[in-house]
Amino acid sequence: MSAHPATASDWPEEIFSTLKRFDVRQVPYVPDAGHSNLIERVLASSTMRGIPLTTEEEGVALLAGAWAGGQRGVLLMQSSGVGNCINMLSLVPILRFPFLTLVTMRGEWGEFNPWQVPMGSTTQGVFELSGVHVLRASHAAEVPAVLEAAAAQAYNALTPTAVLLSQRLIGAKVFTK
Amino acid sequence: MSKANLLDRREVVAALLANRKDVVAIGGLGASTNDISAAGDHERNFYLWGGMGGAAMIGLGLALAQPKLPVLVITGDGEMLMGMGSLATIGLQKPANLSIVVLDNERYGETGGQTSHTSAAADLVGVAKACGIEDSRTISTMAEVKAFAASLQDVSAGPRFANVKIDSAELDRILPTRDGTYILNRLRGDLGFPPI
Repeated sequence: MSAHPATASDWPEEIFSTLKRFDVRQVPYVPDAGHSNLIERVLASSTMRGIPLTTEEEGVALLAGAWAGGQRGVLLMQSSGVGNCINMLSLVPILRFPFLTLVTMRGEWGEFNPWQVPMGSTTQGVFELSGVHVLRASHAAEVPAVLEAAAAQAYNALTPTAVLLSQRLIGAKVFTK
Repeated sequence: MSKANLLDRREVVAALLANRKDVVAIGGLGASTNDISAAGDHERNFYLWGGMGGAAMIGLGLALAQPKLPVLVITGDGEMLMGMGSLATIGLQKPANLSIVVLDNERYGETGGQTSHTSAAADLVGVAKACGIEDSRTISTMAEVKAFAASLQDVSAGPRFANVKIDSAELDRILPTRDGTYILNRLRGDLGFPPI
């Protein structure tokens, strides 16, 4: 990847550099189009390990193991994967390890596919009921500050944190032109 | 299906951990975590009382973070079935220091002994192998258990997967501590990581 300087609209690059600065080493993910640039950046990184999952709850357990071994991680997924994580999220308060997840939102802001709407509508509620604090970024310009705050509270204060990257930020998926 | 010469789960786990040296042992939810406890409490025992299906992934995260550390996941057939996708994730990452042992009694022993999928159809060794964990085997004798235990120390030849057919007898529960924060921080401390 080219090391072009990040701009306000290059928010995946902003996320990558923030994660790097916080010494994040393991990056489990289930792919989402909204995360594709960040995933490419992670897979090309020499300090971070991108770890494709078959289902999102694997990532919650992986982050617990990573922390047992002294490493920080971050879980990348889309909103539909949040429901898959619910029982595994019980590890977070029980083991008290740093938990940060970045969630690209579907089912809102111009969604075409009705099947995305139920989980997209309950994503924030599921996190809050599970004890995970929720921050949201809806515009590229606010991504750096939101990521900084999220990483700081997750890694420094062990506050389980999810950042919802709004569909308004990533753009609604286009199915028909 | 009746089976002769099934192994005793406590003997199997005791043999796996007898000369453990630096091994970190992660016990999956259910009787496996009690078996590890029965073999003797240890700073490097990671007892799970929940998070069903997550034991192998905890092992993967730890194995990737500490590639020179032998990491051993000991879990049951029901717990492994719930996290079967993690075998594909592990097969892709191929951590050479990770070993997984399934204590397969073909039962959900904690919930009344209902039969599991391994009793009639599911072949976990076949699954592990097909997911890219080449060193996947069935173990049926204590001699094989002991050989496998010795191989754990080689952190350059994994990942390994072993399915051990065990007796389904219910044993006295030897309960470990269930304070997760204590368990994790005790392990981290032993590995040299200070509290935040």
